[in-house]
Amino acid sequence: MKIHEYQSRDLLEKYGIPIALGQVVFSTAEAAGAFKKFANPSCVAKVQVLMGGRGKAGGVIHVHTAEEAEAFCSRFLGKPFSTYQSAGESKIVHAVLISEDRRIDEEYYLGIAIDRAHDQPVILFSREGGVEIEEVAIAKPEAITRIYFSYTNLPTKEQIFSQIRKQFSEDKIPSQIADIAAKLALLFMEKDVSLCEINPLALCGGSTIIALDAKIVFDDNALFRHLDVAAMKDPDEEDERERKAKEVGLNYVSMGGNVGCLVNGAGLAMATMDMIKMAGGEPSNFLDVGGGATADQVREGFKIILQDPRVEAILVNIFGGIMKCDVIAEGVIQASREIDLKVPLVVRLEGTRVDEGRDLLKNSGLQIISCRTIKEAAQVSVQKAAEYRAQHVHSR
Amino acid sequence: MSILVNRATKVICQGITGKAGSFHSLKCHEYGTQLVGGVTPKKGGEMVGPIPVFNTVSEAVTKTGATASMIYVPAPFALAAILEAVDNDIKLIVCITEGIPTLDMVRAVAYAKSKQVRIIGPNCPGIITSEECKIGIMPGYIHKKGRVGVISRSGTLTYEAVWQLTQAGLGQTTCIGIGGDPVIGTGFIDLLELFEKDPETEAVLLIGEIGGSQEEEAAAYIEKNMKKKVLSFIAGTTAPKGKRMGHAGAIVSGVRGSAQEKIATLEQKGITVIRDLSEIGNTFKKIF
Repeated sequence: MKIHEYQSRDLLEKYGIPIALGQVVFSTAEAAGAFKKFANPSCVAKVQVLMGGRGKAGGVIHVHTAEEAEAFCSRFLGKPFSTYQSAGESKIVHAVLISEDRRIDEEYYLGIAIDRAHDQPVILFSREGGVEIEEVAIAKPEAITRIYFSYTNLPTKEQIFSQIRKQFSEDKIPSQIADIAAKLALLFMEKDVSLCEINPLALCGGSTIIALDAKIVFDDNALFRHLDVAAMKDPDEEDERERKAKEVGLNYVSMGGNVGCLVNGAGLAMATMDMIKMAGGEPSNFLDVGGGATADQVREGFKIILQDPRVEAILVNIFGGIMKCDVIAEGVIQASREIDLKVPLVVRLEGTRVDEGRDLLKNSGLQIISCRTIKEAAQVSVQKAAEYRAQHVHSR
Repeated sequence: MSILVNRATKVICQGITGKAGSFHSLKCHEYGTQLVGGVTPKKGGEMVGPIPVFNTVSEAVTKTGATASMIYVPAPFALAAILEAVDNDIKLIVCITEGIPTLDMVRAVAYAKSKQVRIIGPNCPGIITSEECKIGIMPGYIHKKGRVGVISRSGTLTYEAVWQLTQAGLGQTTCIGIGGDPVIGTGFIDLLELFEKDPETEAVLLIGEIGGSQEEEAAAYIEKNMKKKVLSFIAGTTAPKGKRMGHAGAIVSGVRGSAQEKIATLEQKGITVIRDLSEIGNTFKKIF
């Protein structure tokens, strides 16, 4: 779960990490007041949306007067916003952060993540801040200091200091950074964070280190024990269909193509999308109905897929293991009848009692196309989607 | 031969009185696994079918001599269950539970390693040695004793591959679902090493997916250390950046972890990557 920059700032502040002074506003009426409070003499105004690349899209600017702050808020608040990183999707801006405009001497990067290869959390520090850390990691891996730590021994300020001291000519700056990193590590462990980044961690006025931006991602699996964190969730973070799917226990990700797919199991669902693409089509979604695949799950899955008007065929790919193929076939038939499915439906079943399952589909009286291999099913669904489009193009 | 589990392995189930725990314990028992006991606090003395239930792992191990545990305990309590197993002479823990906090697994994995205990999973289908021992939720009948070792990050995708190997008449030695979470107990490399040493395993199928760099690390290991043929399948070439695809660990973050990158690395190291999911069985047939 991601939270907004202004929420991350509050959390950093609670852990004693210095941040730039500022205030979040939710309406244009609040903008002038916030500007006057923090102007030195200008302010930085930032749209609060959960996407990268805000600066390049004009969502982060210096404002020099209260009027400019108001103009910025009225331009963005309540309106859709997108960036080069948001893949064509836009989000409505509900908040703007207005903060003091600190003169920046140097920009550093400080982050903490779980290193999956080491099964341990790791502090990442680089003097090359303000840019994508992944680009630094590729171009100049030696520019990143990695400090691993275990759940039993959180790193102390002194330990971190000793690791980064040599990158600076004196003690004062690395000492402040080490203090911030130790506090961030405590936050990371106490709040079950998956990733936190302060980028940039800025050197201001020659001697003071402050966090100028913060990104915190929490472990969804641990939200049950952090109700304060769960309460910060922005419902707009997720696509509406994705949220609805989650409510009924399904895993859905919107993809934008025209061939819907419904699969049991996440790995098989990904592989099914890959096969649709290999057959020359574009999957409209990722949908994992879970290992079992009951009639209820299939029906809810169909409903969610069909909320996307671009869908022109549905491919069901189910490996019947514990749940037998004939039971799954019954579920698919029942679900298709209940929602009066209009788009072509291609079903590929494999596993226990597959022949019985295929017979049920064949004798259902419904227009269900049953395929034997996933390759064939992918090809047929891509082709059926094209035919459906050709027939319905005028009625749209 | 096989790896990690066989017909002599004695298994208990932690969380046996829950819905999934009791259902799958009985299925494992039917398959022929020596599922000798279960553990649920305060339910000691009850029976799940023919399987006795104990209050603690300590009691279950003392009474049954089990060395392996299959865990279905709900996510908030899974860490405690794993630690209890480690502390009571269980040597192989197969954790099926999905949704365990990552930092809990960081702790569990570090603790188990310090005591030389192996964890498989979490969030995995489990491990099966064909026709001998099934510890997990996979359908037993699709497995047939044979020649290929299977290691996978997925569940049903693994069943698909196993079924193709069975239908191709090749069968499997042992098949392990290592789990879809960011932090897991046993990775590809540990298992590749075991398969390389197992005389019955003639080739290995490695099923990977987007996220992390396990496949890249495995590729480097295979090039350097494996004499046996390893074939691979990687799911998620169409997966978008920054989206979690079902499994907690299946996410392409920034420029890292894409299927394309993994496939390229594997192929550079001389490992065949099967692109067409329906061709897994046939591709293996050709190498024998």
